[in-house]
Amino acid sequence: MSETASYLYGIVQAAPLTIAVALVSLLISIAIGLPVASARLSRFWFINQPAALYTTLFRGIPDLVLMFFLYYGGQELLNTFTELHQMDQIDVDPFWAGSIILGLVFGAYMAETFRGAILAIPHGQLEAAKAFGMTPLQRFTRITFPQMLRNALPGVGNNWLVLLKTTALVSLLNLHDMVQRADFAKSRMPHPFLFYFAVAAIFLLFTSISILVLNILKKRYNQGFEPRTSS
Amino acid sequence: MSPLPEKLQFILDNIPLILSGIGTTLSLVSTALLLGLFIAIPCGIILARSKNPLLRWPVATYSYIFRGTPMLIQAYMLYYGISPIIGDINGIQDSILWSILRETWPWLLISLVLNTGAYTCEIVRGAIETTPNGEIEAAKALGMSPRLMMRRIIFPSALRRALSSYGNEIIFMLQGSSIVSVFTMMDITGVARKLYASTYDPYTHFGTAGLIYLAIVISIVLIFRKLENRISRHLKPRSA
Repeated sequence: MSETASYLYGIVQAAPLTIAVALVSLLISIAIGLPVASARLSRFWFINQPAALYTTLFRGIPDLVLMFFLYYGGQELLNTFTELHQMDQIDVDPFWAGSIILGLVFGAYMAETFRGAILAIPHGQLEAAKAFGMTPLQRFTRITFPQMLRNALPGVGNNWLVLLKTTALVSLLNLHDMVQRADFAKSRMPHPFLFYFAVAAIFLLFTSISILVLNILKKRYNQGFEPRTSS
Repeated sequence: MSPLPEKLQFILDNIPLILSGIGTTLSLVSTALLLGLFIAIPCGIILARSKNPLLRWPVATYSYIFRGTPMLIQAYMLYYGISPIIGDINGIQDSILWSILRETWPWLLISLVLNTGAYTCEIVRGAIETTPNGEIEAAKALGMSPRLMMRRIIFPSALRRALSSYGNEIIFMLQGSSIVSVFTMMDITGVARKLYASTYDPYTHFGTAGLIYLAIVISIVLIFRKLENRISRHLKPRSA
């Protein structure tokens, strides 16, 4: 195998790592987004205000700056802790650090998406549910949650596409992903365009597949809600 | 850990550097946005109105590729991939153009322009496609030529619908521009990284950078809210 080919193979081999970071971050962001969305909708200021502060900070500050702040800051915090307890230094694993940080960032976007999706449910339906004597939990599981899913799908899909592309930044935390492997090949080979092109092509493949899957999901969740054609 | 006043003093000593970082970010982003419009407006009009596949295909492909790949990779491709190829062209190193192209910033500017051009193209397309049919019919009934209709009816009406998405695009560009620090440019993030490297104090420097970005983002949001109110004044329900 020529040297160029072996570098390209290394880049392709690292592709699943990017997917793994993106999927772990997606799970974290949804796990954060749902409770924060309900907190944003709470009547109590000491619940909705901190939630609003979180979504504003994490959506207003660039992901790269947040990444550096949380990664280096987290490492610093760990160092202080280990020194205090006279333990060996613990190094933060870039995979988990990157996934958790992206999860925190996109949790803010997810929270706003879910909030909008809940607010889009017609109020009359909740009143009707109350009139039927449903408990708040029943109202949530039977009325709010299933409809929120449909309303949130386009927004969640969009967040996923942005998240997928943002995983490229985790290479800056020293994760040996495709981006970093291309960077490594650059320092050794005369024409690095090919390596970055390969990374771009793989990302494009991932986003294209995501768009196809999202369209299928959208069709599924909108069954019974399509505009009627007169025929 | 050092006490707070000392940290504050360090920030105060570096205010000129931080200000120059803000200047770099703002000028880079505003230039990229402006140049991006020159790509986005024609591309958006082509995607929304043209039926010619020779025009549609290249534009659709451009927009798809640049929206489907990370901005960081686009910048890597241009700066590490394309700039050495251009540099190898015979005689280019002696031309005046090279005195600019051998710098880092033109390549990053180009990659920001191409990126925002692709996203804004879709905003323009969407805004034009959602022009109410009645407006176009009325313009036709008045005998307007397609050009005149574009200028007087479609464009102003699309501008109103595009404004809030464009405000979001500006914010995304501002945030996305932080990647130029990876190429050792001294924008807001670049300055923070430099100060971090000399103090190993992540909270102060990345925190300051974050708050500066936040302040700019909030200003953009407020300005666009005002603009939107102004530009759609005549569509508001009348007060009694």
